[in-house]
Amino acid sequence: MKRHLISAGDLTRDDALLVLDTAEELARVSERSIKKLPTLRGRTVVNLFYEDSTRTRISFEAAAKRLSADVINFSAKGSSVSKGESLKDTALTLEAMGADAVVIRHAASGAPHRLANWVRGSVVNAGDGTHEHPTQALLDAFSMRRRMGRIEGLKVAIVGDVLHSRVARSNVLLLQALGAEVTLVAPPTLLPVAVDTWPCQVSYDLDAVLPKSDVVMMLRVQLERMNAAYFPSAREYSRRYGLDRERFARLHDDAIVMHPGPMNRGMEISAEVADSPRSTIVEQVANGVTVRMAVLYLLLSGSEPAIGGDL
Amino acid sequence: MSTILIKNARILGGEPCDILVRDGVIAEVGAAAGKAGPAETIDATGLIALPGLVDLHTHLREPGREDAETVQTGTQAAARGGFTAVHAMANTSPVADTAGVVEQVWRLGQEYGHCDVQPVGAVTSGLEGRQLAELGAMADSAARVRVFSDDGKCVSDAVLMRRALEYVKAFDGVVAQHAQEPRLTEGAQVNEGEISGRLGLTGWPAVAEEAIIARDCLLAAHVGSRLHVCHVSTAGSVEIIRWAKSKGWDVTAEVTPHHLLLTDSCVERSPVGPYNPIYKVNPPLRTNEDVLALREALADGTIDCVATDHAPHPVEDKETEWAAAAMGMIGLETALSVVQEAMVETGLLDWAGVADRMSYRPARIGRLSGHGSPLEAGAAANITLYDPSVRTAVDPAAMASKSRNTPYEGMTLPGRVVATLLRGRPTVLEGKLV
Repeated sequence: MKRHLISAGDLTRDDALLVLDTAEELARVSERSIKKLPTLRGRTVVNLFYEDSTRTRISFEAAAKRLSADVINFSAKGSSVSKGESLKDTALTLEAMGADAVVIRHAASGAPHRLANWVRGSVVNAGDGTHEHPTQALLDAFSMRRRMGRIEGLKVAIVGDVLHSRVARSNVLLLQALGAEVTLVAPPTLLPVAVDTWPCQVSYDLDAVLPKSDVVMMLRVQLERMNAAYFPSAREYSRRYGLDRERFARLHDDAIVMHPGPMNRGMEISAEVADSPRSTIVEQVANGVTVRMAVLYLLLSGSEPAIGGDL
Repeated sequence: MSTILIKNARILGGEPCDILVRDGVIAEVGAAAGKAGPAETIDATGLIALPGLVDLHTHLREPGREDAETVQTGTQAAARGGFTAVHAMANTSPVADTAGVVEQVWRLGQEYGHCDVQPVGAVTSGLEGRQLAELGAMADSAARVRVFSDDGKCVSDAVLMRRALEYVKAFDGVVAQHAQEPRLTEGAQVNEGEISGRLGLTGWPAVAEEAIIARDCLLAAHVGSRLHVCHVSTAGSVEIIRWAKSKGWDVTAEVTPHHLLLTDSCVERSPVGPYNPIYKVNPPLRTNEDVLALREALADGTIDCVATDHAPHPVEDKETEWAAAAMGMIGLETALSVVQEAMVETGLLDWAGVADRMSYRPARIGRLSGHGSPLEAGAAANITLYDPSVRTAVDPAAMASKSRNTPYEGMTLPGRVVATLLRGRPTVLEGKLV
């Protein structure tokens, strides 16, 4: 039985389109003065956040509340988690409280898969370590489709720290299912060793890829990677892989720029590019709520979930 | 002492014959043996007789982690697996880096009597990789330590490794290296390759093992000493060891049963979904290509022996997210079955080969007297009787080990240890502890 959304790979092309189409319908609700729907009244959604991520947590919280679900926020800080309670015991506690869905953010790759063994409710992955972040990929696809009118055939460049990026992994899987052509662009140190087995193209040369791209998705680069010798300096990274005004000018006129946030302005993206009308960065945040509403709706509203995967 | 007659055993899979055991020693082998006077009889019809198995690499966890395993439960598991001697690794708490600790572990083994326990001494004090432990004191102790290892940690400092190799020559010792370049494996979780990339788990690259093995082979050659390589896991390591042996250098190596049977694909797919930490082990499970190279190397003798790396952990250390889980799997009770599955059923080894890789050679590497001898008149009666014809599903709950972290749960494996004799005394009969 389909129950969870843990990996973007759990979604068939039809599943993914259903999420996007449902999100379109729900977007109309967001435009009303009263934004609330009664759909998930009486259902409980737990936000189980082991990592600080205010953006993602409030996005899920807003999504669940607009569907009238009861929301419990469970964060690692100030809870029994900081006293050393195991993920399993926390899961059993949530289970006993009757959680219908657990939205989990965790620093360990695979934590949502483990959680799914211990709870009966649906598990939604809100980012696990350096593995996946499927709702981010869905909101990215939603944003792309709204701007470009389609996803099939789009040329999407994903630029930056692919090795440690859950956003990149989920996007590669989802965009491939939806028929886009993805090219990953990064210095060789920030690509997984067997990236040639992924369903996408790979390049070390941003300038060669930009003119051919319809969508450029910049990934956040963490400065601590510099200390682990992934690249020599922030300046050199920015020079070779940053999206500045000159590079931006080489994009074709309809191309858009995306970023999952939070941005390092001046590092992977310049302020001018981030704030340009062709940047979707603020829309992505708004679309995040809508897409997460669609995911919760499709997993929880029927007697059987309409999307997702099992273990 | 007692007399035992083993009837119709197929020694190393040969023709059925009788084995007469008197006073802990094999008195006679062959048809004549059956004509001896009144004796306790074991009917071994259909069973293969092997020399008692010897494990070069066991974690008994005592002292310090008696919640995971004790000398008692660990040696019970060993006996059930057909072992008559195990080498107890040094990474206990306190570390086995003094004569006192190794003698304690050795005496516990003697007391319980399920199998002989030969302690391994730490190479460096506290396994900290800074200063040599008192290797000579451990060698001269009642435990007569000959194998030294910081297993769990690599002796990564080249000078310290050189000195250790040189120093143990004085008492015919051997340094058993856990080959893992520490900087290349910081935070490493699984084999670096296709699966680590997809799962977003930090990779443990093959080169981190191979680079240390290459260095250590050269060091051993330079100082004219003996090197033993623990748990070889990659095809590249096999190539380096083959090359070192071709030079005539005194290098030996072991492979674990799990590296002969399982691959890193288990991490991506298991009955309870991906990221099941039951498959988390160090060195990590590798690729199918590595598994095939390891099997071939064990068959041609490049890898000398099978060693279990039996690593018990309590349930709570495995029922976690992958990154938080402990590394290691238990293996004593399934070792022979896995070797049958991976090596015998595939035609790579016959039973004589199994005896060589699981008894003769490990005993020789560990300089262990009274073990690893062919089943002939005059040899100590360390004997394992094995039924290769049955296939059973692995049931962790039925194991003697205190821990349950077997990766083979639910798998159907061939063979069953029916009886184990330690110096003529049965430790296991009818598959049950005596």
